[in-house]
Amino acid sequence: MDKQQQDSGAPQSRRKALKGLIGLPFIGGIAAGAYAEIRKKQLEKSKILTELNIKAERPEVASDLSGDPIRIGIVGNGGRGQHLIRVLGFATPAWVEAMTAQGNTGVLEAYYGQENLNVRLTGVCDVFEVNAELAQAASPDCKRYRHYEELVNSPDIDAVVIATPDHWHAPVAIAALEAGKHVYVEKPMTHNINETYALREAARSAKAVFQVGHQHRQTQSFITAKDIIRKKVLGHVSLVQANTNRNSDNGAWQYPIHEKASPQTIDWDLFLGNAPRVPFNKEHFFRWRKWWAYGSGLSGDLMTHDYDRVNCILEMGMPRYVTASGGIYTHRDGRDVPDVFQAVMEYPDFSTGSSRATGLEKGMTFMYSATLGNQYWRETLLMGHDGTLELGNQLRVYADADSSRYAQLIESGVMDPSVPIYTYDPASGNADGVTSATSKYFAQKGLLWTYRDGKRVDSAMLHLREWLSAIRNDTPVSCGIDAGFEEAMSAHMAGLSWKLGRRMEWDPAAEQIIAQPGEDLNAVLLASGTNPMAWQG
Amino acid sequence: MTYSKPQRFFLTALRLFAGWHFLFEGLIKLLTPGWTAQGYLMTAQGPFAFFFKWLGSDSLINISDTLTAVALVLVGFTLVLGIWEKAGAFAGIAMLAFFYLAHPPWPGLSAAGPAEGNYFIVNKNLVELAALGVLAYFPTGHLLGLEVFFKQRPGTPAQNKAHG
Repeated sequence: MDKQQQDSGAPQSRRKALKGLIGLPFIGGIAAGAYAEIRKKQLEKSKILTELNIKAERPEVASDLSGDPIRIGIVGNGGRGQHLIRVLGFATPAWVEAMTAQGNTGVLEAYYGQENLNVRLTGVCDVFEVNAELAQAASPDCKRYRHYEELVNSPDIDAVVIATPDHWHAPVAIAALEAGKHVYVEKPMTHNINETYALREAARSAKAVFQVGHQHRQTQSFITAKDIIRKKVLGHVSLVQANTNRNSDNGAWQYPIHEKASPQTIDWDLFLGNAPRVPFNKEHFFRWRKWWAYGSGLSGDLMTHDYDRVNCILEMGMPRYVTASGGIYTHRDGRDVPDVFQAVMEYPDFSTGSSRATGLEKGMTFMYSATLGNQYWRETLLMGHDGTLELGNQLRVYADADSSRYAQLIESGVMDPSVPIYTYDPASGNADGVTSATSKYFAQKGLLWTYRDGKRVDSAMLHLREWLSAIRNDTPVSCGIDAGFEEAMSAHMAGLSWKLGRRMEWDPAAEQIIAQPGEDLNAVLLASGTNPMAWQG
Repeated sequence: MTYSKPQRFFLTALRLFAGWHFLFEGLIKLLTPGWTAQGYLMTAQGPFAFFFKWLGSDSLINISDTLTAVALVLVGFTLVLGIWEKAGAFAGIAMLAFFYLAHPPWPGLSAAGPAEGNYFIVNKNLVELAALGVLAYFPTGHLLGLEVFFKQRPGTPAQNKAHG
């Protein structure tokens, strides 16, 4: 019995141990598998990141805004003007009430939490009584000026923010610069060709700081995108596509008409300015973007956003040729600007660099395509021989399957052309509430807000801040007169091409759009034109 | 509880495979820098979406992420090693219920992303949840697993010794 027990005891405990420890080899296998998997991914990732060497650059440290408050005058306190004075720190009580009623606490928190820019709102000029009173309600020491000349020449004003309809941008900006006032003017910088030269002259000869309101220049992802181009990650970019897709009344500029609008509350003659004389018309006043007389159609109003978004990254400057087409296909409501519009800009001498034989690659096309009758999202794409960049508040870079630069990395399986080789998301998972379809359209493109230290910040606030810092510290602005000149002129070329039905050419030496003998391009651009063919007869 | 040989074989296999799945998922999440469940939580749908969005909010996401990964690993350990498997199975059931309810494959709700199969009410999370229920009530750790060393049952040598 004892012997038997001794004989079977050892194998039994061995069997028991085997049974008990059956899980251990599994644990080892699983851990080794997980480690190998992670290691492989990390090695691939670090190989790719070393190859690309992209720096997710931080914006410059916020500059000093101390000293006496800068006294601001707002000219044009409509929807956009109210937004700009709000980010300057002057929300109207009506806006606070509306947001409170809507329960939009996030927006209110953002407003109360925003940085003090050390400014006073001391003047407003708006031809509509209600808008002027809104600015006065937002700031107790805001004086109403009936005419912008009075405001820009007032000793109580240091700097002017211009958010008028397009046809007033340049006249007010030039008057302010001549009066020695700093200027922040909304886009498009100008409404016609002649005033584009005149404003450039005024800005160059003035000592004041001039900034065009392309606030996306503050978008953090665009700063990183610049490095992507600098490091030639995409290779030679031959095609850029940017798009506008909207399908709402608001997106098609069918803004509400204020109940208090009347010839008594609106200074109609001052509104018209250099526009053709027409009798008082509420729709023209509130929906001015629908007419060439005051606005600039899709080319000036929305293409300028996309043009400047790309120009701030590529710095491609003026196009050599611009061809545009389109029509009024979705909102036949009396407007004379197109609601479906495409513009193709040619840059035959431009290059972002090449990974192939010298001289093989040169030239680029920028293609803008827009409709106000459909809101399907189309990415902004910078398409190069080696890769494609999806440009927005986030960035995604895809290697091209036939890239020369990445051929080996793709061949060895380190890069997969169907998976981004680089992504950049400054929000890192922040969830944002976007209310309207139009806001969402702007937000996705990185036009509304950006991020600083992972927190959402209004881009317009940063853009105004940069302008204020430039006034105080003599630091540079990101969208000065030269960028504004390129933005405005290229938009005018697109508008002209649509109206004339022909390809427009830029003469880089003379810095002018080439006209045919006897042709007054400035007059063509300003004239009402619903049918491009009409200009050929 | 006595099992036939095939019963014992498949129950043990089920325990090891489910444990494998949990442990591997947990380790990958723990070892991947920057892994987060925030996307999954913030896109939650269905009647409990508010709860998952709360778990995914900026103030809670770090805790949610750590708890998820650590719990996956611990459940994996209990099942693979065959110890405290009932507690592990119940913890696993709770986690799978969360995963299921955050993105329930119910008619009328849109999918969180592309799925590798087609699901109507029942998906793989629910199947694995039921499988863990089976493991909780048909334990095998005392037959093949660490419980062998701890669990004393009638008829074991230790008891014989006490009688002797």
